[in-house]
Amino acid sequence: MIHFVLHDAKDTVAVAVVEGITAGTDATAWIMDEDREITVRTTQPIPIGHKVALSDMNTGDTVIKYGIDIGRVVTPIKKGEHAHVHNIKTKRW
Amino acid sequence: MISKDTTFWGYRRENGRVGVRNHVIILPVDDLSNASSEAVANNIKGTLAIPHPYGRLQFGADLDLHFRTLIGTGCNPNVAAVVVIGIEDGWTQKVVDGIAKSGKPVVGFGIEGHGDHETIMKASKAARELLQAASEKHRELCKIEELWVSTKCGESDTTSGCGANPTVGSAFDKLYGVGATLVFGETSEITGGEKVVVSRCRTPQVAEDFMKVFNRYQDLINRHKTSDLSDSQPTKGNIAGGLTTIEEKALGNIQKIGKKCLVDGVLDKAESPTGPGLWFMDSSSAAAEMVTLCAAAGFAVHFFPTGQGNVIGNPILPVIKICANPRTVRTMSEHIDVDSSGLLQREISLDQAGDKLLDMMLRTANGRLTAAEALGHREFVLTRLYESA
Repeated sequence: MIHFVLHDAKDTVAVAVVEGITAGTDATAWIMDEDREITVRTTQPIPIGHKVALSDMNTGDTVIKYGIDIGRVVTPIKKGEHAHVHNIKTKRW
Repeated sequence: MISKDTTFWGYRRENGRVGVRNHVIILPVDDLSNASSEAVANNIKGTLAIPHPYGRLQFGADLDLHFRTLIGTGCNPNVAAVVVIGIEDGWTQKVVDGIAKSGKPVVGFGIEGHGDHETIMKASKAARELLQAASEKHRELCKIEELWVSTKCGESDTTSGCGANPTVGSAFDKLYGVGATLVFGETSEITGGEKVVVSRCRTPQVAEDFMKVFNRYQDLINRHKTSDLSDSQPTKGNIAGGLTTIEEKALGNIQKIGKKCLVDGVLDKAESPTGPGLWFMDSSSAAAEMVTLCAAAGFAVHFFPTGQGNVIGNPILPVIKICANPRTVRTMSEHIDVDSSGLLQREISLDQAGDKLLDMMLRTANGRLTAAEALGHREFVLTRLYESA
């Protein structure tokens, strides 16, 4: 089963594509652009559609998805944690 | 799946354009004429009233857009004939004259000096004659290149960018290859992905035209904003679905233009393309506003990817919903025409997902009702540029 997908191998977050991912899941993540799989261990529940961090990130770091900048980290994020509006903000507007 | 020889059964209109529906619409010029228009549609079964809240005291570019949207709606090839009703004769005649240029049967009625009763009686007689004439129109085989297809997504989530939007992108790449006419837009929802769009523009002039409208919209947002828009863009629904920033939403949004097709030109709101290819329309990102503008520009079929489950339709433009979120497909199945969720489990390839959408597009063009049509979704929302005079 594919638990997460990411677009580009450089992405630092991946999207949950199944329901009910709990903390402590040894999850499979599919890199769509390269059609290969990696694994990530979740440390928090990740709702479907929400993102898991694939690496540790510090405040001010740029978050990469689609191989491109999607915003900045505002609260440190550890690999395997839920990455969303509580720890990432837009750089625009 | 499709080639230049692919055909569908469409309605050829007086000006040569091809539609996939045969609506006779009762079109109010203004809010005051909604009641009469709806009464006529109630009298004459099979006609369709398109009520809306505007059309009084507008001026300048905002008024121009109002007329362009109403006239474009009447000229859309999915429409066989039009009855226009306005509070007074002047603007009513202006809309009638604009629609008449397409060669389509159109009549208009002003209410002042007659009242609702007499207007409804006269307009009902005209509507019945137009409806009976339209009912004798036959579908004929039309070439795929004659089909105009628009796209706009809504209530997106992260599965939109991974699944539903790339499905549209695959279909757009194939349609582009056979010479169809295509449009995308949502100017504010390109924010963060504008360089990607620029890299896809066919010429430096197209890139310049695109950046001009992109920057104008950024200025508008910066002028009026009271926050970082985190309650509006992404929407609450987007955020519930896992989208975090406008940049992330934008990069998912532009998956809809696939990997191969180039942006051939930039259109103003409700403006019709002058040739085949992929066009960018400067437009609102609000679903019903954008789809209404696509219909007014003359598009005949719409691709609408959704993640969390937007339920939108349009009175005259069939809206095909595509969804890759397995939860939404399960909980809102009556709204989804094409399930792309298999893409995210590698059960189907992107190429197969695109073909599945194109198959549904052809079935829809041939007459199959979309989920939104069957459910009676007829959202018609006019874009306003500023306050009335």
